[in-house]
Amino acid sequence: MPTMNMIQALNSALDVMLTEDPNTLIFGEDVGYFGGVFRVTDGLQKKHGLTRCFDAPISEGGIVATAIGMGAFGLRPIPEIQFADYILPAFDQLVSEAARLRYRSNGEFWAPITVRSPYGGGIFGGQTHSQSPEAIFAHITGLKTVIPSNPYDAKGLLIASIEDDDPVIFLEPKRLYNGPFDGRHEQALKTWAGDPMAEVPAGRYTVPLGKAAIVREGTEATVLAYGTMVHVALAGIEDSGVDAELIDLRSIVPLDVDAIVASVKKTGRCVILHEASRFGGFGGELSALVQERCFYHLKSAVQRVAGWDTPYPHAFEWDYFPGPARLAAALKRTMED
Amino acid sequence: MGHYPSSTSVEIMQNRPSLRLHIPEPVARPGDAPAFDRSLIPEPGDTRRPETTSAEADMRDLPFGLVRVLDDSGEASGPWNPKLPTETLLAGLRAMLLTRAFDERLFRAHRQGKTSFYMKSTGEEAIGAAQSLFLDRDDMCFPTYRVLSWLMARNYPLIDLCNQIFSNEKDPLKGRQLPILYSARDYGFYSLSGNVGSRFGHAVGWAMASAFKGGQSIALAYIGEGTTAEGDFHEALTFASVYRAPVILCVTNNQWAISSFSGIAGADETTFAAKALAYGLPGLRVDGNDFLAVWAATEWAAERARMNLGATLIELYTYRASGHSTSDDPTKYRPADEAEAWPLGDPVERLKTHMIGLGLWDEDRHAALQAELDAEVRAAVKEAEAVGTLGKSKPSVKEMFEGVFKDPDWRVVEQRRELGI
Ligand SMILES: Cc1ncc(C[n+]2csc(CCOP(=O)(O)OP(=O)(O)O)c2C)c(N)n1
Ligand SMILES: [Mg+2]
Repeated sequence: MPTMNMIQALNSALDVMLTEDPNTLIFGEDVGYFGGVFRVTDGLQKKHGLTRCFDAPISEGGIVATAIGMGAFGLRPIPEIQFADYILPAFDQLVSEAARLRYRSNGEFWAPITVRSPYGGGIFGGQTHSQSPEAIFAHITGLKTVIPSNPYDAKGLLIASIEDDDPVIFLEPKRLYNGPFDGRHEQALKTWAGDPMAEVPAGRYTVPLGKAAIVREGTEATVLAYGTMVHVALAGIEDSGVDAELIDLRSIVPLDVDAIVASVKKTGRCVILHEASRFGGFGGELSALVQERCFYHLKSAVQRVAGWDTPYPHAFEWDYFPGPARLAAALKRTMED
Repeated sequence: MGHYPSSTSVEIMQNRPSLRLHIPEPVARPGDAPAFDRSLIPEPGDTRRPETTSAEADMRDLPFGLVRVLDDSGEASGPWNPKLPTETLLAGLRAMLLTRAFDERLFRAHRQGKTSFYMKSTGEEAIGAAQSLFLDRDDMCFPTYRVLSWLMARNYPLIDLCNQIFSNEKDPLKGRQLPILYSARDYGFYSLSGNVGSRFGHAVGWAMASAFKGGQSIALAYIGEGTTAEGDFHEALTFASVYRAPVILCVTNNQWAISSFSGIAGADETTFAAKALAYGLPGLRVDGNDFLAVWAATEWAAERARMNLGATLIELYTYRASGHSTSDDPTKYRPADEAEAWPLGDPVERLKTHMIGLGLWDEDRHAALQAELDAEVRAAVKEAEAVGTLGKSKPSVKEMFEGVFKDPDWRVVEQRRELGI
């Protein structure tokens, strides 16, 4: 089986879909001839033709609006927003239009679009190349939000998202594009080579939306994470000495609440880890769900480890980024209660 | 569901061509000979200079002309010639040369791992230099990341630029902002953001506020040609037109937006200056590589703004001679020699040739000035390196929690404590 990094796996998913479904097309800033600033669409215009993968004007609102129109017509557009930080100019189109078209037209129109976008920190990208906006999408009923943590899942989840008949926000952890990253930033860069999750079939397969993965089994606590934080969580669990179970949510809408509940009922403790700032972050929703559904099984308060409640600060990348040490401390704290 | 009678007969439908989706493509890609066949470049003198009090309806030809002063041999002519005094020409040349020297050295500093990011403005130095020198100290400019020459023309301390770029302990923006996204209020330079276009409307609001207060100052805003696709651009033009805001709205058309040629922003269909027409604003198309033309157009637009005649849209036609940023390799998407083939040349060379032609300047003095400025830049970089480069020095981590609100709320207070600082 071929070994792929996450960029290659995503490229392969797009290639498969352009080949198999004539109604798919890709557009976005710099995705055409150039192949995208992160190279995810590299070679696709050349292989599939100008109208299947092309450059868009710098107008995120326009990109999403036209994607919705194409989707309503019957295509399956796969627009790219160059950085998740730049989705915000398209926010109204996503919230008031993509998310509600099916509902308000009683199923006459719908928007089967997949908006791909690199997100997250760890690359010294400063305030507007580092943010994790998943919670604001999760809050919008009618949008699905998918976040892979490795090449195999990235390809399978992307194909599943494209084939899904509802709008999907597909957030790609850019820090994981070229290799896994566990938050130990002073260590040498790793690549995906040799990682079992980098063995990616060349053809079509899907990883279903709404199905979490148990990355590490454990008995003493449950850690919930997604994207880059899955790798950080593994390192933090190792450092803590706590026998924690690690769940990679893979999509936050739809959310695999059964997997979460089953694990927390088993372990009795729960720590949530995300990069986005803490207040109003998706951890708040997870914490509430766990508390509502597992109250009598909980041995200690649910803990959240997250980015601080500040904009993403350039020079303080590693003071802001919630690394393994902060997770380990939270795990130890939860064991003391 | 209702069924609508069709007025179209089957016969007509059979004669219609199939629709096809048009995707614009540039004339030349890597490996092709550079071509500027689609560029509209009249000679100096061809484009008239209406009275500044003229009605917009009487100058709808201007967006399709090109305000030029310097011809290919460096001679100034035509109605737009601002006839600048020697010291202004020298100040302009100095600001442009300083910008270029700084760009070269700091771009290299990125290659050496001293900063996370850098962007050059090579080939576009005339724009910020002329407009910064021309406008008043209390006018406000709303910059893009590509108008460093604005700050250079006003002698912004090089050491502060370097400290910001290195995100070190003396970074004037306290490590919170990406390198080169400066803020310099005292120099008439509004805070930059990573999002393109989002401050274009701020300039209009600033100008409206100045008018509201019955003041004297005006605003000037920049936006890249690629970014004119954003709603921000069109919203700003609407407000500027409706409220006759005293603002100069500038599109720096350097023909590239990362890898996308200007046709992706609509340049195959019309000029960027012509966007003004639908808003009822005067639109000037200007040779952005001609210091004198930029000066003259800005003077014209500023005069209108100061007479309560409202906003002007200025397209500054130029060429992005370098890559987009330190993350970019332009040979992947455009001919490597495209910059050399660009008909409007290099703004530094053109002003220099002009000054030599006037007998005000010569090669020796030019080389000496270049050496002097390079030494200035080198000294500033060295001083900033002594404070520290990226990762070797940074402001107190406390700064991460400051400035979220005027007064910190309990969240940042608690989180600061949690981090132990
Ligand atoms: C809202 C937003 N969308 C996308 C980007 C990514 N981006 C940064 S610069 C750039 C190209 C801008 O081109 P142009 O406006 O022509 O300015 P130039 O770089 O040529 O000066 C893009 C797409 C961004 N920074 N902000
Ligand atoms: Mg441009």
